[in-house]
Amino acid sequence: MNHAIITVNDLNLWYGQSQALKHITMEIPEKSITALIGPSGCGKSTFLKTLNRMNDLIPTVKITGEVRYGGENIFESEVNALRKEVGMVFQKPNPFPMSIYDNIAYGPRTHGIKSKAKLDEIVERSLRDAAIWDEVKDRLKKNAIGLSGGQQQRLCIARALAVEPKVLLMDEPTSALDPISTSRIEELAMELKEKYTIVIVTHNMQQAVRISDFTAFFLLGELVEFGETEEMFSQPKDQRTEDYITGRFG
Amino acid sequence: MKHKTKSLEHIIHGIFLILGLITVGCVLLISVYLILSGLPAILEVGIADFLFGSSWEPSAAEPEYGILPFILTSIYGTAGAIIIGVPIGFLTAVYLAKMAPKKVKAVIQQAVSMLAGIPSVVYGLVGMIVLVPGIRKLFGIPDGSGLLAAIIVLAIMILPSIIKMSVTALEAVPKEFEDASLALGATPEETYFRVSVPAAKSGIAASVVLGVGRAIGEAMAVMMVAGNVPNMPDSIFQSVRFLTTAVASEMAYSVPGSLHRNALFSIALVLFLFIMLINATLNFFLKGDRTK
Repeated sequence: MNHAIITVNDLNLWYGQSQALKHITMEIPEKSITALIGPSGCGKSTFLKTLNRMNDLIPTVKITGEVRYGGENIFESEVNALRKEVGMVFQKPNPFPMSIYDNIAYGPRTHGIKSKAKLDEIVERSLRDAAIWDEVKDRLKKNAIGLSGGQQQRLCIARALAVEPKVLLMDEPTSALDPISTSRIEELAMELKEKYTIVIVTHNMQQAVRISDFTAFFLLGELVEFGETEEMFSQPKDQRTEDYITGRFG
Repeated sequence: MKHKTKSLEHIIHGIFLILGLITVGCVLLISVYLILSGLPAILEVGIADFLFGSSWEPSAAEPEYGILPFILTSIYGTAGAIIIGVPIGFLTAVYLAKMAPKKVKAVIQQAVSMLAGIPSVVYGLVGMIVLVPGIRKLFGIPDGSGLLAAIIVLAIMILPSIIKMSVTALEAVPKEFEDASLALGATPEETYFRVSVPAAKSGIAASVVLGVGRAIGEAMAVMMVAGNVPNMPDSIFQSVRFLTTAVASEMAYSVPGSLHRNALFSIALVLFLFIMLINATLNFFLKGDRTK
């Protein structure tokens, strides 16, 4: 197992009165893909959003425990700096209603990069890394809304890469896409793990098997099992995991 | 049975159509009437002399009918109201739509709604009693009523239109855009001004145009604070008369059928054309929003 980049220690989270995450403890290994699986409402998306503190935006949320990134408890560090390091790709492709170029340049500009040459370079590198450069290089000034769903999602990945994060959180990034676009995103994720740590929430167990190195199975807010993907899908340790991956519920 | 419901539907459909056509009919009637009654004086005076003549003296021995002072006053007055009102209204809208705590938002929105409901004569009255003496004292001039007072009153009057419409546009911005920006490490304020506002720009632009329409069409409040003398608006303290107030204040004493009376219709026609232009601009912005 690679060195852990994020360490989660006894994490609990409540939405108002209802507890959505219960005593989660796990280590997310660097430069690998960790899949979070489980039935709807099991807390996997909530857990993902905790890692870059997007849950902070919901007023009734209460969190205890700690998540350590880079030696610091993220709940005590500066949130915008954390989100620069821990990027996110959402379930529904959400490019800004502006040009492709401006979408990618948005993050770097936010973090103070003004030089046109530098921005040009970042835009090209990010789009290349997200495997969409060849498709959009001739229309960088066109509105991103005109792209197909799959292209939009890869653009969103490029936008996240542009601020040079270490970790990329993906919240069911292919659930709104067709099979071909899905396989392109999957290939991309596998390429990206050379440089980035990826945590992906997925409903699709085949997807978890295909691309992830580690899998975490969530049920009713608990982390039931966490381990190497191959092992978990061949020899699950917990009966509930076995029931879920063999399709007995969920 | 089937036949019967069908004919009933036809009748109901017909009634609604007629009701809808009443509005269309009113607009057509007003347009045709204004053109027919506005054109003779313009032709008699000469279109250039009418629009660009700088002197309005209908009761002089050699009457002059130049409405440039009114046109410029209306344009300057509206522009001034926009310059003051838009920044205040826009920033208020951003605050209300994105930042304000729920209770503060409720109170301010109530206040904005009330501001929209106050009759314009009350604005004029308050302007006369508070604003005009205030300007007189502040700037040490003999009379406080004039262009500046009118601009301030108009700026306040257009606030509700700008705030309400901008808030609606800003609240319609999908949360996904804002989430994406926050997830990139942008602060909430950066997110509002660099993502939400650009995404809502056609709605915000439309709110400004709506404000322009409200300002240029206002008569009563400006009549009470602008001094109402047909001067060229060459200073912000100048006592001036707007297109609207020219019609409103002179209609009562102009002789029916006289060139003076007809010229007032012509002023109304010019105002009408301004409003049409503004509506076309408004439609342009709103349509731009829909195709996106």
